[in-house]
Amino acid sequence: MTMTSLKLTPLNAQHRAANAKLVDFSGWEMPLHYGSQLEEHHSVRRDAGMFDVSHMLPVDFRGAAVRPFLKRLLANDVDKLQSTGRALYSCMLHAGGGVIDDLIVYYLNEDWFRIVFNAGCAEKDLAWAEAQRDAHAPELAIIPRRDLAMLAVQGPNAAAKLWAAMPGLEGVAGTLKPFHGAPVGEMFIARTGYTGEDGFEIMLPAKAAPFFWQAALEVGIKPIGLGARDTLRLEAGMALYGQDMDEGITPFEAGLGWTVAMGGERDFIGKDSLQRLPRNRQMVGLKLIDRGVLRAHQPVASEQGEGEITSGGFSPTLNASIALARVPNGVQPGDRVEVMIRDRGHVAEVVKYPFVRHGRALT
Amino acid sequence: MSIPTDLKYTASHEWARLEADGTVTIGITDHAQELLGDMVFVENPTVGRVLAAGEECAVVESVKAASDVYAPIAGEVIAVNEAVEAEPQTLNENAFANWMFRIQPATATDLDGLMDATAYQAAVDAEAH
Repeated sequence: MTMTSLKLTPLNAQHRAANAKLVDFSGWEMPLHYGSQLEEHHSVRRDAGMFDVSHMLPVDFRGAAVRPFLKRLLANDVDKLQSTGRALYSCMLHAGGGVIDDLIVYYLNEDWFRIVFNAGCAEKDLAWAEAQRDAHAPELAIIPRRDLAMLAVQGPNAAAKLWAAMPGLEGVAGTLKPFHGAPVGEMFIARTGYTGEDGFEIMLPAKAAPFFWQAALEVGIKPIGLGARDTLRLEAGMALYGQDMDEGITPFEAGLGWTVAMGGERDFIGKDSLQRLPRNRQMVGLKLIDRGVLRAHQPVASEQGEGEITSGGFSPTLNASIALARVPNGVQPGDRVEVMIRDRGHVAEVVKYPFVRHGRALT
Repeated sequence: MSIPTDLKYTASHEWARLEADGTVTIGITDHAQELLGDMVFVENPTVGRVLAAGEECAVVESVKAASDVYAPIAGEVIAVNEAVEAEPQTLNENAFANWMFRIQPATATDLDGLMDATAYQAAVDAEAH
């Protein structure tokens, strides 16, 4: 008899019905795969798949002071968000410049923004945001939305299949550009994702999630587990919190410098440190030439010095092993480096990432 | 998948079959492939390598993780199955039919030191609790 205190998403019964291999992910019982992780990966690259990401935490920030508050809280600048449904990817930093979490922030109206935090970071993120609120904007309401479920529908046929599953949705979401979203009653749909494919992320009342899931299944949208979610995001060159960056790493050394709005007068938490700290390391892509599988934490030797793989695995699309690695500045695409796998050096080529976009290999 | 009764097993999830010529064929069990998920890489020992019983000698890697394979008995590697190296997913399809390597035992053996199917099933069941 095993005691379990894992948290369940509103779709737990649906995962069980689909024969999911369920695992503990940051305290949540989540589907790792539903039979074959490789097939699920290919479904998203070639057709359409859906992920239950209800373990992530949407949090509403409401009040007149919300914009100035978030301009200080986040390293990216929410002034880029000026119309309903717009989305922005950002890091949230501590004063030392390390990454507390990476997130997407949505603009709903001038008094209402929504941030989606990673599951594993949700509690500390909330505590951090509340402490900042108490100090700087006590009238602001911070409302965790555990009443919402989250689904991601991704793949080249995601849009067409979603419109078939949910008649009427196309009229609202059919013309959304990437990183744009729209409220639909109690639901919110945005053209965002974590796979490198076209697709949508949908927040909806938890009670409505099983119905939505069933409708999507019936038009042939395949359930996809967290295993394929990881290989898809790795191919897409997207950073994973806790692996590619954490509180000890700045966005600049995690390949996320493009998400930090350093210019202008705006002050944000961590800015001073980012201006001061050296940037000696960079993120690069690796493609293994020798046989084997690249994995996180394997050491990388380059002419410029030592580095480390932060995320690695087998790429089903490229049929090769790929990785993201933090290496000294100066290492360039085309260079050969040596990766230690089980005490033996393996040759890998430095490549640009993303590795795959819209079903197409880029390296 | 049921556990074949004509094979012997280790606690580390290898299977071994004594052939008529006295050699021993080695693979991983269905339970092992089930735990690991989709296989993407197999590295067999080199032919001619002399192994001690229990020695780490091969690696199987899935989309999820790498796992060592141990020699169930002492002996010399006399053959490897290149087909599973070329197509690791065959281990997912049928782990008991797709062998990995073959050993010439150091001393004539009846594999009595290994588990039979009943004992192995009990070990797998115990692991699940």
